[in-house]
Amino acid sequence: MIGDVDPTIINLTVFVLAVFVGYHVVWNVTPALHTPLMSVTNAISGIILVGAMLAAGPAETDWGVWLGAVAVTLAAINVFGGFLVTQRMLEMFRKKDKKGS
Amino acid sequence: MSANLVAIAYLIASVFFILALKGLSSPLTARRGNLFGMVGMAIAVVTTLTVTRNWALILACIALGGAVGAMVARRVQMTAMPELVAFMHSLVGLAAVFIAIAAVNNPASFGLPAILPMGSKLELFLGTFIGAMTWSGSVIAFLKLSGRMSGAPITFGGQHMVNLILAIAMVGFGLWFFFSETTNWTAFAAMTSIAFVLGFLIIIPIGGADMPVVISMLNSYSGWAAAGIGFSLGNPMLIIAGSLVGSSGAILSYIMCKAMNRPFLSVILGGFGSEGGTAAVSDGTQKTHRSGSADDAAFLMGNADSVIIVPGYGLAVARAQHSVKELAEKLHEKGVNVRFAIHPVAGRMPGHMNVLLAEAEIPYEQVLEMEEINSDFANTDVVLVLGANDVVNPAANVPGSPIYGMPILDAHKARTVMVVKRSMAAGYAGLDNDLFYMDKTMMVFGDAKKVVEDMVKAL
Repeated sequence: MIGDVDPTIINLTVFVLAVFVGYHVVWNVTPALHTPLMSVTNAISGIILVGAMLAAGPAETDWGVWLGAVAVTLAAINVFGGFLVTQRMLEMFRKKDKKGS
Repeated sequence: MSANLVAIAYLIASVFFILALKGLSSPLTARRGNLFGMVGMAIAVVTTLTVTRNWALILACIALGGAVGAMVARRVQMTAMPELVAFMHSLVGLAAVFIAIAAVNNPASFGLPAILPMGSKLELFLGTFIGAMTWSGSVIAFLKLSGRMSGAPITFGGQHMVNLILAIAMVGFGLWFFFSETTNWTAFAAMTSIAFVLGFLIIIPIGGADMPVVISMLNSYSGWAAAGIGFSLGNPMLIIAGSLVGSSGAILSYIMCKAMNRPFLSVILGGFGSEGGTAAVSDGTQKTHRSGSADDAAFLMGNADSVIIVPGYGLAVARAQHSVKELAEKLHEKGVNVRFAIHPVAGRMPGHMNVLLAEAEIPYEQVLEMEEINSDFANTDVVLVLGANDVVNPAANVPGSPIYGMPILDAHKARTVMVVKRSMAAGYAGLDNDLFYMDKTMMVFGDAKKVVEDMVKAL
């Protein structure tokens, strides 16, 4: 029976459940870290890189491949920039034990 | 790699993304969370490489984008985080549009049938228009935040009508694309162009003060764009990651709207929140305020048992964070209990002020959120308000006031209030602040950085 289900419906199932997971996880994020949350979600939305790689990687090459290549570059900026700037910010959120001011 | 193995690797990557967000529930686990995010992304990329060709091209593009991203991440100033985030949203949007165009051009490369089925067309339509609107909206947000474009709302007659007509036209072209038997490039191109224009039109009427909402909203859009592409490609990992980002942005928009006491719809419709503040609404009576010097203020704080510092964006503009840290340390040495109270909209984006204080090496245990500290104001000797205004305006408790109902920091309940400000000008809401005229309030006029430095010297 499940084999007859349109893939879109299965995708919709995943989507709805993921929104619920996102909702609950994000409400637990401490407000002090909302800016890092935004930059890390930025990096995660760079997951679109996967779609871009598929666009850039078919066997036969036409202009679509170049469009895909540009998309790969844009998404890579997001992934690297997002994770690294988040790391840089989180490094700042230290306890005061280090210098004992 | 077999399709099943790929799917399982994608599932593992999705779990890592969820763990990445979960880590942010505390500063103690946040760095590990970020690491989980990176691991998830690495799994996703390596797995995808096994099913694509053109490795040299793909890896070169990743290296190029990665180098740019790493450089930007290292150089960006923390005060410029909102701009950076807006800039990165725009990239996701544009990438989504490019991928959708490539998918329409060559469905086979995504494992789709050569004649696109209706479901895929609908999904491509959604992914493209959300992506296009994310791109153009984020570009405007970036220009406004970085000061390259005025933060003032741009409005014109019939604006909402124009937007509505464009939106209907966009859906119309989308339907044409949807019901065409072959690939209808005309409809697709028209629909995409209108989405780009709509993105611009929707953001230009929103003023600078509402940017925290806009930036959260675009964060949300960029996630939905990724999820939309995930639908088109039938890739659950993209759907999951996109939904996480989408719901995160939506929640942040909600939190920001609530903190500003503005209904979401009225922020989106725009026209409010012009940058720089309007003239204060005077009620005719001449009110008097008391002013003092930085030395007086320092003396009072030095003899207090407890001090709460309320930083606003004016503090960041004056680049006074490091001086404030010195001040807090000096007071701490004198045995004063110093804490910071952060209003949700203290910066230009959610949590911005926390990052700015953390950058100045102020320990995060001393930095408290509004809900955590509001009940302590009544037992506090001195409150020092630095470059904040509307968020401490007690008018929010007065029915009938334009900001009635807005959650504020209860600075007015403290025994003594000191306000460092350039002048008596009103804040974004254009309202006079009664806090400034209370008997227990002392105004210290001047540049925040200069004043705080003088206080440090006086201690």
